[in-house]
Amino acid sequence: MSILLKVENLSRSFGGIHANSDISFDVKEGEILGVIGPNGAGKSTLFDLITGFTKSDRGQVILRDKNITNIRPDLICRMGVGRTFQKLKPFADQTLLENVIVGALVNEKNLKVARDKALEIIDFVDLIEKRHHYAKELSTGQRKRLELARALATDPKLLLMDEVTGGVDQRTIPGLVELVLKLKKNGITVVTIEHNMKIIMDISDRILALNQGKRIAFDIPKNISQNSQVIDAYLGTVDAA
Amino acid sequence: MINNISAKLLEAKNEPLWYFNKNSLIIIGVIVLSLLLFPFASPSKFAIHLMMMIFMHAVMAQSWNVLAGFSGQISLGHAIFYGIGAYATAYFYVKLHITPWIGILIGIGISGFVAMLIGIPILRLKGHYFAIATLLIGISFQVVFQRWPEVGSSSGLWIPINRDSPWTSMQFHKSKVAYYYISLIFFIGTFFLVWLLNRSKLGYRLRAIRDQSDAASSLGIHVSKYKIIAFVISAMIMAPMGSIYAQYVLIVDPNNAFNVDISILVLLISVMGGVGNIWGPIIGAVILIPISEFSRIYFGGTGHSIDLIVYGVLIIIICIFRPAGIVSLIPRSFREREKAK
Ligand SMILES: Nc1ncnc2c1ncn2[C@@H]1O[C@H](COP(=O)(O)OP(=O)(O)O)[C@@H](O)[C@H]1O
Ligand SMILES: [Mg+2]
Repeated sequence: MSILLKVENLSRSFGGIHANSDISFDVKEGEILGVIGPNGAGKSTLFDLITGFTKSDRGQVILRDKNITNIRPDLICRMGVGRTFQKLKPFADQTLLENVIVGALVNEKNLKVARDKALEIIDFVDLIEKRHHYAKELSTGQRKRLELARALATDPKLLLMDEVTGGVDQRTIPGLVELVLKLKKNGITVVTIEHNMKIIMDISDRILALNQGKRIAFDIPKNISQNSQVIDAYLGTVDAA
Repeated sequence: MINNISAKLLEAKNEPLWYFNKNSLIIIGVIVLSLLLFPFASPSKFAIHLMMMIFMHAVMAQSWNVLAGFSGQISLGHAIFYGIGAYATAYFYVKLHITPWIGILIGIGISGFVAMLIGIPILRLKGHYFAIATLLIGISFQVVFQRWPEVGSSSGLWIPINRDSPWTSMQFHKSKVAYYYISLIFFIGTFFLVWLLNRSKLGYRLRAIRDQSDAASSLGIHVSKYKIIAFVISAMIMAPMGSIYAQYVLIVDPNNAFNVDISILVLLISVMGGVGNIWGPIIGAVILIPISEFSRIYFGGTGHSIDLIVYGVLIIIICIFRPAGIVSLIPRSFREREKAK
């Protein structure tokens, strides 16, 4: 499989905090890459660096063979990288459909065509009956689907998802996981930040583990679960909690 | 990428892109028709004047509302564009004998251009910093025009009275009815324009920026570019009102043309009616303008400060009980967005 995204020595500090130091990894076309690490490990910062929301101090982000380091978020979106946010950012006073149309307008010139495309994607994330509901009226799980649908509407090759199953009703988690797998089946490459170890082990092709801004492991799930550093930094604390 | 076409999806795709509420269309039609016929009911001069002020302030508030309601920026300097509009028609008529009709277009153009120049640096500022910047720039415009001999410094420009060719000079001395129709046309035109904007791709993008600019940029929207576009459109809507008022009173001076009161008033009208709603500025103008015009009659010269007190009280009441503006009192089915079933 060819390499879709390559990250080299990506670094960023906030004041004295090294949120990301020398992070390197790659993402292969068609895979699901899981990103794990305790709170504050630098996972969301990594997404912000890749998608242009935060400027890097050092290092590079290469999409296929284009250097996209530190370019504007809207341009990165137009190059085929979509994302969702850990702290959800819906257009709260607009309907689900209107939210998704905004994404569809990236590649569709005609409003009616964009609307129909948005409807297809809303159907894909299983919310078609909620299309005329305002985003603020939706449940957390539904809003996660909204963000996913909105990003999907921009036709991403690569989708970065920040804690899709975080903070939702436990009963809605299987549906969300199924949705991530459905994305993969549709040829979308996924990088997903996930706290639930069982889920991440099940769905990921490879896993990147971060701790205190550093990469502590980058491997297939089986090896990750046996990696002593990961167990110390992460699995241990989860078990203890 | 998606093939399984469900019945629900088909049904959704068959829905029209926009719903037109028949009742509201009829109401709008009746109102427009009565406004067109109003001068034939031989109204008093004051009634004509009052209606004109309502139209003009509704347009100005709509201009402010385009910026605030679509891109989320609060301007305290909208008088800049009113002033530019007023000076453009007066200056080009006085100095170069260009008909005010062309002057209006020149004013619109200059306003748009100035909005771009101002917008590029200050639209990067968030929230109240943007508001403060517009307030200060507005005041500096007034100061500059007070000291600029080419435009008559503090005494401004006096538009020479022309009784021979009312249409080319855009001066109507026998009756105010012509001014009434000119402002009515701008009123209807502006609302139609904003109605279209609401339903355009640009409208979707601007609302996205207003609600969540990070999400907007993650969806391919160049946020600062679109904020400038909104500011330019807003400025271009404002300018002709300055032009019309200049032709109405035939004097343009810096104290009136670049008056902070105008900037504040358009904000108050929008907030009262409902920010971000196309009908908000109309409702706000219909309520506030008569208060200001009547208080000027009853309290003479000091009327101006009395109306500000009344506005203040009304705004406080609105902010407490109806933060979404008076428009939120109208049942949703009569407002623009109608949900399916
Ligand atoms: N904008 C910011 N300003 C200051 N510190 C930040 C900022 N963003 C992240 N950080 C810090 O960087 C570290 C990594 O944060 P984050 O990437 O959100 O972690 P994670 O997503 O793994 O929980 C944390 O210590 C956090 O406080
Ligand atoms: Mg995070």
